[in-house]
Amino acid sequence: MKKSVFFGAATVAALAAGAAAAGTLDDVKARGKLNCGVTTGLVGFAAPDANGEWKGFDVAVCRAVAAAVLDDPNAVEFVPTTGKTRFTALASGEIDMLARNTTWTFSRDVDLKFEFTGINYYDGQGFMVPKDLGVSSAKELDGATVCIQTGTTTELNLADFFRANNISYEPVPIETNAEAQQQYLAGACDVYTTDASGLAATRATFEDPSAHVVLPEIVSKEPLGPLVRHGDNEWGDLVRWTLNALITAEELGVTSANLAEMAASAGGNPEINRLLGTEGNLGEMLGLPADWAVKALAVGGNYGEIFEANIGEATPIGLARGLNAQWTDGGLLYSPPFR
Amino acid sequence: MSDTHAHSVAFVRKTEIPPAPPPASQTGIVKWLRENLFATWANGLLTIAALYVIYLVLSVILPWLFGGVWNTSSLAECREVLQGRVGGCFSVLTERWPQLIYGFTYPTDQYWRPNVAFLFMLVAIAPVLFFDLPRKLLYFTAAFPFVAYWLIWGGSILVPIVAAVGIIAGYFVFDRLNKSSFAAGFFGAIATAFVIWYLGGFLIPEDQSGAMLSPVPSRDLGGFMLNMMLGLTCVSLSLPLGIALALGRQSDMPFIKWICVIFIEFVRGVPLITLLFVASVMLAYLFPPGTTTDLFLRVVIMITMFSSAYIAEVIRGGLAALPKGQYEGADSLGLDYPQAMRLIILPQALKISIPGIVNIAVGLFKDTTLVSVISMFDVLGMIRGPILASTEWNGVYWELLGFASLLFFVTCYGISQYSQWLERRLATDHR
Repeated sequence: MKKSVFFGAATVAALAAGAAAAGTLDDVKARGKLNCGVTTGLVGFAAPDANGEWKGFDVAVCRAVAAAVLDDPNAVEFVPTTGKTRFTALASGEIDMLARNTTWTFSRDVDLKFEFTGINYYDGQGFMVPKDLGVSSAKELDGATVCIQTGTTTELNLADFFRANNISYEPVPIETNAEAQQQYLAGACDVYTTDASGLAATRATFEDPSAHVVLPEIVSKEPLGPLVRHGDNEWGDLVRWTLNALITAEELGVTSANLAEMAASAGGNPEINRLLGTEGNLGEMLGLPADWAVKALAVGGNYGEIFEANIGEATPIGLARGLNAQWTDGGLLYSPPFR
Repeated sequence: MSDTHAHSVAFVRKTEIPPAPPPASQTGIVKWLRENLFATWANGLLTIAALYVIYLVLSVILPWLFGGVWNTSSLAECREVLQGRVGGCFSVLTERWPQLIYGFTYPTDQYWRPNVAFLFMLVAIAPVLFFDLPRKLLYFTAAFPFVAYWLIWGGSILVPIVAAVGIIAGYFVFDRLNKSSFAAGFFGAIATAFVIWYLGGFLIPEDQSGAMLSPVPSRDLGGFMLNMMLGLTCVSLSLPLGIALALGRQSDMPFIKWICVIFIEFVRGVPLITLLFVASVMLAYLFPPGTTTDLFLRVVIMITMFSSAYIAEVIRGGLAALPKGQYEGADSLGLDYPQAMRLIILPQALKISIPGIVNIAVGLFKDTTLVSVISMFDVLGMIRGPILASTEWNGVYWELLGFASLLFFVTCYGISQYSQWLERRLATDHR
């Protein structure tokens, strides 16, 4: 009895020591590769192209971190994870960070022992209806049939919204997004509801996208962001401030076009100088060279450029900035200062 | 008299009338149609209704199939080319062909390696499937697993060589010690193999970069290749394991019997998808960090466990179907247990079990698509994940899933046809 307790305690202690002693930053540097968890495929956010190269909005965060740490945006081992395997992959140390359109919630942050390092996309649940239906607001959807993925938070949000507005609906339960598209196009339901970014991506694949409208109501908060394990704050800081560097660069007008020029020598704006390492020692504090942010920005430009290239209005997905605009433009993106 | 009579008749036929063709309604296609399709009013109506349904189906499918587009680079371009006409967007198959077959991370310039392994596979399984072929070919079959491993995973050639040497040495030890006692031979062989593998481990260089074939980690395997590899490995491993389990379950030795019963009943009581999750998720917690087993190996172990339990039960059915006289006859000839099993019981029991075993093999092959839920990119995982999630091809469902079903249908139908040929070939009863 005593012996087994002793061995149990020893095992726990050994595991804890193993987890605490291993600095993720040192591990990544020694390995020469960043293990970054991504989705197995989500339009615009992460998907390999015809040459097997990963592209997308979440992928860009991984590449920026890899560039900041290892000076090589391709030194990333992308580990595809499903909704079910993502958290165990991170907790077991198989991946160093997870950038997989994961909603920041209380229980994931506190109970699952992860640390969200920021928000790279503010999403929310929306509704899509055919234009013929003549509906301009979700509150007019009394009695509508709604296609909804079972077992997700969207299902609960939907029930809350309709109850709060005292209107009724009839759910059509479906399993996957692909099934939902077919059901919706076949007319099995009047409304399709999921995250607004997903709605936009789905609508973009229709033969005639203009025959469908996404209603203005957003009925839930889905802040998506990269996350790391509890217990290695240095690594968490690094991921957090790499993301902040991308956001700040847009706010300060640092783009991939003028990056080289601005990074060459200290300019007139002290915050730009600190960000790009021509002044101060912010990089040193992170344990990185002074020009770490320059390398991260050189991959795909600042946050705005990454957004436009992957999911912005010029792409087939065609998402507007909306909540994801800078705070100076009426959005929610607000990076703490580089000082 | 006869003269007058002869003149009174105007015409006397000297030859036989050639047989007239049967009436048009009693011959050829008309007869067949009348008998089979329009025998009664009700049948006629049903025939017309069925023809109409077939017409409806074909009038949608055929233009879609033959009016398809094969060489655009995105779904939007497909729609531009089609201009609203009905037609499939098969360009996704041509553009993503390598990804559907090999997965998206297998090095592009190394595709010849799985191709060669596939050709070798055809040669290697031929003598196993068709026993009229020269028996010498079985040597190639024995070498195939090691050659295929080296071709697909690459790396140091010493790895498969050490593995093969360990097994050969184990066989010789077994052969030598088996004469005195089976147990000594069995455990001696296992011990020898492990000693050789352990010692051989020191020969294998840590740095694999200078190897003749560049190493490819298991995570980079994918596409239909992964389905084929999993299916072939698991079927060929689970058949001997299933036979052993079935015999173990019938054993008189309580310890062996109960191990087999518990294993079979436990594995059959758990869904395969649960076992796969255990393989991919739970084992990572159980092992200390950094000592994870290869994911492919973990999945192979789990699927093999699963299907061997089912095969064991099918073979037990075959064993139970044999009359008791067969066992007693074997005993009366003075054969010991291995001889009786090898020469009398198993050949008959396995022959009875063929349909059941093939049923499980086909099911297992299709079950390999379940690995897509643990983020391995088999052909279905490739379709549902990367290909449908690319901005170019989001929304192309029928073409991709139809292609996947075609691949599986061709393979499974082949297996089923082979089993029917095998049953005919082995038929010794006179029904």
